[in-house]
Amino acid sequence: MNGGHDLGGMMGFGPIDPEPEEPVFHAEWERRMFAIEMATGAAGGWPIDEARHTHERATPTAYLSMSYYERWLASAGKRLLEHGLATAEEIASGRSLGPPAAIRGSKLLAADVAPGMATGKPYSRPTDTTPAFSVGDRVRTRNIHPAGHTRLPRYARGRIGTVERINGYMVFPDANAHGLGEDPKWNYAVSIDGAELWGPDADPATSVSLDLWEPHLEGA
Amino acid sequence: MSGGHSHDDHHDHQGSALSPIALRVRALESLLTEKGYIDPPALDALIEYFETRVGPRNGARVVARAWSDPAYLAWLRRDATAAIASLGYSGGEGAHMVAVENTGDRHNMVVCTLCSCYPWPVLGLPPVWYKSAPYRSRAVFDPRGVLAEFGVVLPPETEIRVWDSTAEVRYLVVPMRPAGAEDWDEARLATLVTRDSMVGTGLPLVPGEAGA
Repeated sequence: MNGGHDLGGMMGFGPIDPEPEEPVFHAEWERRMFAIEMATGAAGGWPIDEARHTHERATPTAYLSMSYYERWLASAGKRLLEHGLATAEEIASGRSLGPPAAIRGSKLLAADVAPGMATGKPYSRPTDTTPAFSVGDRVRTRNIHPAGHTRLPRYARGRIGTVERINGYMVFPDANAHGLGEDPKWNYAVSIDGAELWGPDADPATSVSLDLWEPHLEGA
Repeated sequence: MSGGHSHDDHHDHQGSALSPIALRVRALESLLTEKGYIDPPALDALIEYFETRVGPRNGARVVARAWSDPAYLAWLRRDATAAIASLGYSGGEGAHMVAVENTGDRHNMVVCTLCSCYPWPVLGLPPVWYKSAPYRSRAVFDPRGVLAEFGVVLPPETEIRVWDSTAEVRYLVVPMRPAGAEDWDEARLATLVTRDSMVGTGLPLVPGEAGA
């Protein structure tokens, strides 16, 4: 969706302003919110793609006015409601008013945290298909504007680029975010020249590479 | 573990001392705990993991090894996920690693315009600026201007390649090894490797700048 999260190419946000010696978290509530989100994701069993899409569904005004962990808090409540894990009254009061729902995932226990965090869950899946594009192929990104989750950003749609690398046959977030299953597709690193993205005034010595799935691409 | 932030401490203070958002987070934790979905000691363990076990020093070790050991660099080019895991760094937001090398001709820089994708096992959690609108909006449109804002001014003919992390591939920039550290061992080289140099918004320190 063309939401408030899709920021590439927007202007007017001001300086980047990096903070020297920045701590990992800036407040105790940020620490707890981070950990609550990770632990609730383990229990709820929803994919990261759905979690990302929850953030994206905030109104653009709200998305851009919230800090990072404020977004996590807003999305956490929304997802608990949508999965039937809590009611609005319970979320508002912080008190359980009925029995828990069955969880699809599993409750994260302290002893499992370090080994679990150190174990990456690959996004690649086995396949007997072959990729439609090869390294060096010219491809065009599709000019699509889906109402749901997509990993093809607005600024890179309808552009001609070159396949740089075949990343693998990977879970397709545009489907997985919506409960449609993993629906894996081939994923490619596609590089696009600055001038193709931004026009003739662009710095000629710049380019952007994006990791896109086959449904985002067509031959060029 | 929590250190500091006594105005906002989770365990010791009356509700009236907490900000509205801190109260809402505490209410959420209470509810989820009461429902039996989450276990507070697991939250403590998560926080400890991300405050102490992952961070840019992991990535710095990878880069220092790549600078010192041509066989390791070749492995990193061929299969960064395995080469990085061999040093003990693996996990979520790092299951598909790609290393991109800076050269005299090309500088690499990493962004996630759509969210906050970042290679946790080697760099830890991302800094606020990486997750915020100014960087995410401009990194793809004006990378040279963004670099200048970080104090990195490259010759105009140096190509800048931006990697927008739109999938589960996570990028680690391997900066160029600074001159003047030819006889340094890996541990000492690692002190030159900054977080920003591995995101591509900075350059490594040069000998004399590092504490080593």
